[in-house]
Amino acid sequence: MISGEKIVQLVSGLLQQVYALLGLSAYAGILDRVVCAVVMFGFVAVFVMFLVWMERKVSAHMQSRIGPNRVGPLGLLQTLADAIKLTTKEDVHPVKRDKIPYFIAPILAFVATFMGMVVVPFDNKMVVADLNIGILYIIAITSFTVIAILSAGWSSNNKYSLLGGFRSAAQIVSYEVPLVLSLVPVIMITGKLNFSGIVQYQQQAGYWFVFPQFVAFVTFIASATAEANRAPFDIPEAESELTGGFHTEYSGVKFAMFFLGEYVAVVVSSAVAATVFLGGWLPPFPFLGFIPGFLWFMLKVLLVIYLIMAFRWTFPRLRVDQLMDFGWKVLIPITVLNILVTGFVVLLAGKGA
Amino acid sequence: MTDLLLSQIKPGGESPFGTDEYVVNMGPQHPATHGVLRLVVKLDGETVKETMPVLGYLHRSIEKICENRTYPQCITYTDRVDYVSAMSVNLAFALATERLMGLEAPPRAQWLRMIFVELQRLASHLLWMGAFAGDIGALTPFLYGLRERERILDLFEMTCGQRLTYNYIRIGGVMIDILPEFVPKCRAFLDYFEPKIPEYEELLTYNPIFLERTKGVGVITPEVGINCGVCGPSLRGSGISCDVRKQQPYLFYNQVKFNECLENDGDCWARYKVRMNEMRESVSIVRQCLDRLEPGPIETKLPPILKAPPASEIYSRIESSRGEMGIYLVGDGTPKPYKAKFRCASFSNTFVLDQLTRGWKVADIMAVLGSLDMIVPEVDR
Amino acid sequence: MLEQYGYVLVFLLAGIFFILMAFLTGWLLSPNGLLGVKYKYKKEVMVDTYECGVETYGTSWIRFNVSFYLYALLFVIFDIETVFLYPWAVSFKQLGMPGFLEMIVFIAILLVGLAYAWKKEALKWE
Repeated sequence: MISGEKIVQLVSGLLQQVYALLGLSAYAGILDRVVCAVVMFGFVAVFVMFLVWMERKVSAHMQSRIGPNRVGPLGLLQTLADAIKLTTKEDVHPVKRDKIPYFIAPILAFVATFMGMVVVPFDNKMVVADLNIGILYIIAITSFTVIAILSAGWSSNNKYSLLGGFRSAAQIVSYEVPLVLSLVPVIMITGKLNFSGIVQYQQQAGYWFVFPQFVAFVTFIASATAEANRAPFDIPEAESELTGGFHTEYSGVKFAMFFLGEYVAVVVSSAVAATVFLGGWLPPFPFLGFIPGFLWFMLKVLLVIYLIMAFRWTFPRLRVDQLMDFGWKVLIPITVLNILVTGFVVLLAGKGA
Repeated sequence: MTDLLLSQIKPGGESPFGTDEYVVNMGPQHPATHGVLRLVVKLDGETVKETMPVLGYLHRSIEKICENRTYPQCITYTDRVDYVSAMSVNLAFALATERLMGLEAPPRAQWLRMIFVELQRLASHLLWMGAFAGDIGALTPFLYGLRERERILDLFEMTCGQRLTYNYIRIGGVMIDILPEFVPKCRAFLDYFEPKIPEYEELLTYNPIFLERTKGVGVITPEVGINCGVCGPSLRGSGISCDVRKQQPYLFYNQVKFNECLENDGDCWARYKVRMNEMRESVSIVRQCLDRLEPGPIETKLPPILKAPPASEIYSRIESSRGEMGIYLVGDGTPKPYKAKFRCASFSNTFVLDQLTRGWKVADIMAVLGSLDMIVPEVDR
Repeated sequence: MLEQYGYVLVFLLAGIFFILMAFLTGWLLSPNGLLGVKYKYKKEVMVDTYECGVETYGTSWIRFNVSFYLYALLFVIFDIETVFLYPWAVSFKQLGMPGFLEMIVFIAILLVGLAYAWKKEALKWE
């Protein structure tokens, strides 16, 4: 049986031998980390390419089209072709820009979400670093994107960009609160902040948190969609109003980085949802345990991503004030109420038992 | 005009916490202005203080060109006035000329004209539905709208060989008779299409986000609508009966049964609903026309050179897909019109935009603009 | 535990490195880059600010509407709430009912604040 743990052992053993061969065993600690980062970057790049293809296919299916089918089998290489196209595009930037923030913004947009991948547990022990405050870390890191978007909007010296940037700032900070609050009930039940601990709790309890905490799951998905600037909450880049929103003035590779960052943000939020609410690497039924855990995990991530994609191609876009109303007047009261109800239920159940 | 607007901008100085006024150009190269309309928008944060349409980016002086073309030649130019609903403009011009010269098309031609104009209305409303939903942010209905529109265009192509600018409705009749298989194909399309309308309604009409975005937004009160010369489905959304097909029936519209679709709210949603219902009515009109279609000539005998009587003038109007389409022609006894004026629905509908969007948000401009169903070539001509 | 944060640091540096590499590749391959196609163009038009094809009026760096900042202020308050909530949630079961009641009081105070902001129409986008 293949499991993530074994793969990790195998690979790290192999790496040790390679280090010994090269006479670098003294630096094994650092090299391990670098290898992790490279592998994760490769994974993210390939997975995002797949996701872009998937998004096109999903939208094509929903719109009774065929979608990309020319480049590679089933059009799978379409995104690669697009990436090459974007790389060979000329980097056109406005003269009136504010140089330093303009340059930093795409880097930050990607790095902030990429760092979130550190704590994503693909399988038991198959995680880059199982931080004991994983949830807090991922929330803190991913909200750096607001700075990226705001600085992109401000530094472009473009009116659409500025509007998009401000909208995004208001939106992300507003939806940060329900996002954080919707995870609190799970932490109250498990008493753990690290992802592996939460999955292990679900394993022992024998149920996934999506069932007792369905409200939290829904609010989490809604606010995660808003956090990643995806439709129906994509007002910062609402193309029918602001042409490109905050990335109007970006082209070529820099634009690609925003694009990549957006998709990585979706991956990270879906990974959190899959881990916290859908049991991470656990199979839905014990007899399906022969399928490796990381495959289950990816399947669940893809399921959540499909949900988010389906939103995008079904719903119209909300207006900025309606968006804020939805966040502050609907999601926050619901999540707070959910916390209180969960607290009562847990305490009463604990007393009874 | 633009300079005048720009000169009024105050650098928000009065209070230390005031907002600077923000002037943003929307268009001419903008994804949501349906062509090359330019809107100069004065903003306070997200709130719209003033919207000013700036015209002329698609001006081709069609009216002037018509003065130098013979009447039959003008028909070609009318296609370009409103390329989304070219049949209607063809019909408007052909009817105006016929009335000016005292001609009348044979019955079969009249029925054919009705079939094609109503099919064109379907095609135009379908495209509008998609574009409107797209403006609001739902991209999927656009593809659905285009899917059905393609089948209508196939019917047009089968008949006159064109898909966009038909030049089909001519003075004194139509260009060419329909093929024998047109009628069954058209019926098949109608049978296919009619159940699709509830499908779109399911997708959009009571979608909560769609309702949020359109209910109560951009309300045209009846007074404002009449004062600004709003017409067509946009005015019918405010509950005012203004359908030329009912008020001043042309062709055989007095012989078919159909309802004038009215809504009372006057907001974007009402205008949407009016157009959705109009699609249903159009389907029923086309059905009735197909039933009444009888063999016969499709063109009257025209004199070798069409000349208007000297010092004659006519204002003739029809209900195009966008509203009242009026043609004003002055004849001077020569084969060319002395003056041709197109009264286009989009032009009058566009200028209510400022009143509708003041105090609303940037996103509402697009919703209102979309719901008015304006099309730039018709505004600029 | 702390050495785990080494991964975070390495990811940060590696992420920045990868992006810079991508920028470098882009610069090398792009037109007028080191390896790319060379061509001449009207630079001043190309690098102008995009505003739908017309010249922009004025600067875009202005004093902006205050309603955006109100949300930021509210956010700070609620984010501090969550900072308190997380440690409490972790030790929720040990604290039991007394801890829960205290947290209810805390949340209630915040909710009163939210209700006040709501009533005062701070949440209403002017």
